[in-house]
Amino acid sequence: MFDWFAQLGRSAIDFFARLGSEVLLFLQAIAAFKALVFRPALIIQQLFSIGVRSMLIIIVSGFFVGMVLGLQGYNTLIDFGAEESLGVMVALSLVRELGPVVTALLYAGRAGSALTAEIGLMKATEQLSGLEMMAVNPVERILAPRLLAGIISMPLLAAMFSAVGVFGGYLVGVDMLGVDTGAYWSQMQARVDFEQDIIQGVIKSVVFGVVTTWIAVYEGYTCLPTSEGVSRSTTRTVVYSALAVLGLDFLLTALML
Amino acid sequence: MPNSRILEISVGIFVAVGIAALLVLAVNVSNVSGFSAGSQYTITANFDDVSGLKPRSAVSIAGVTVGRVTSIVVDPETYEAVVAMTIDARFNDVPVDSSVGIYTAGLLGEKYVGIEPGGAPDVLEEGSVIRLTQSSIVLEKLISQFLFSQSDKKEE
Repeated sequence: MFDWFAQLGRSAIDFFARLGSEVLLFLQAIAAFKALVFRPALIIQQLFSIGVRSMLIIIVSGFFVGMVLGLQGYNTLIDFGAEESLGVMVALSLVRELGPVVTALLYAGRAGSALTAEIGLMKATEQLSGLEMMAVNPVERILAPRLLAGIISMPLLAAMFSAVGVFGGYLVGVDMLGVDTGAYWSQMQARVDFEQDIIQGVIKSVVFGVVTTWIAVYEGYTCLPTSEGVSRSTTRTVVYSALAVLGLDFLLTALML
Repeated sequence: MPNSRILEISVGIFVAVGIAALLVLAVNVSNVSGFSAGSQYTITANFDDVSGLKPRSAVSIAGVTVGRVTSIVVDPETYEAVVAMTIDARFNDVPVDSSVGIYTAGLLGEKYVGIEPGGAPDVLEEGSVIRLTQSSIVLEKLISQFLFSQSDKKEE
């Protein structure tokens, strides 16, 4: 009987201890941002491996998602004789939802898993302890630049995704299926609002950038220093990031709409 | 890791492309030009019925958008809807006896305010009130009027 309560208590304590350590580490990493001002080379290196290397997959996926939206949207809208609204449909679904969300999911798979594996391996090969021995704070040297680079990259990647997607939709809708060019752009411009839609998308992508990068970095930093531990943490990064992004997307949409 | 020069250049390209994409979204996808509005003036008009009209709806002359609806409130005494709209200062010689109506773009489209210029020598300026207004057409009212007139005919 009491064993059961003890177990419940232990898991609750563990949960809050983990939450507390996560929040503390996050605050430490945020506080370490100001030290990065003097070391821009660290951020540039991370921007390269997180942002530049994710660019290709994001642009190609954005293009295909835009083209699919163009095809599907056209086939539905033509039933109502509203194919002129194709531009609005493509642009709104990309800017508000698909841009930030799909970019975040791809980013978690492409960059997040790499981050976790990298930091996890550093831990497994005792490079992090080595840094500490040399009086270099690993939070400042390893975690903070990666977190900052992720937060910077994410909105930029999401914007690229949406912009390329709009052109993909244009290619299919206007060039292939024969929607009027003027209608495609003018209806889009008339209906898509800068503050309402585009800024909302940017806010979402910044939030997703913080969350996915943080999950990746934290999982790497706290993984078991074995090859199995690294592989498990990498899996967890992708799973947690995907869940967090989809859940937060609902929450943010409900709050901002 | 490639050497730092190539690294910096590629990161620079990444950031530039990202910002360019944001600009494309801002300028090409949404229309920010109304955002950086130059000088404007505000006029108001009282309508009996504005159903369907919303703030940010277009105000147009001859089908060309010249401004936006900024607010719609009810006058507590006359129970009329007071529609305030800003007009781009480029269109500063609209005659003061112009009439405004609420129309629908297409069969199921959005409502907009159309200004039909009159012929008076005086022009609308900041704070002017337009007297001649035509209310929004409510389909249900039209249908019920039509039905009543049909039944009246039968009785005769």
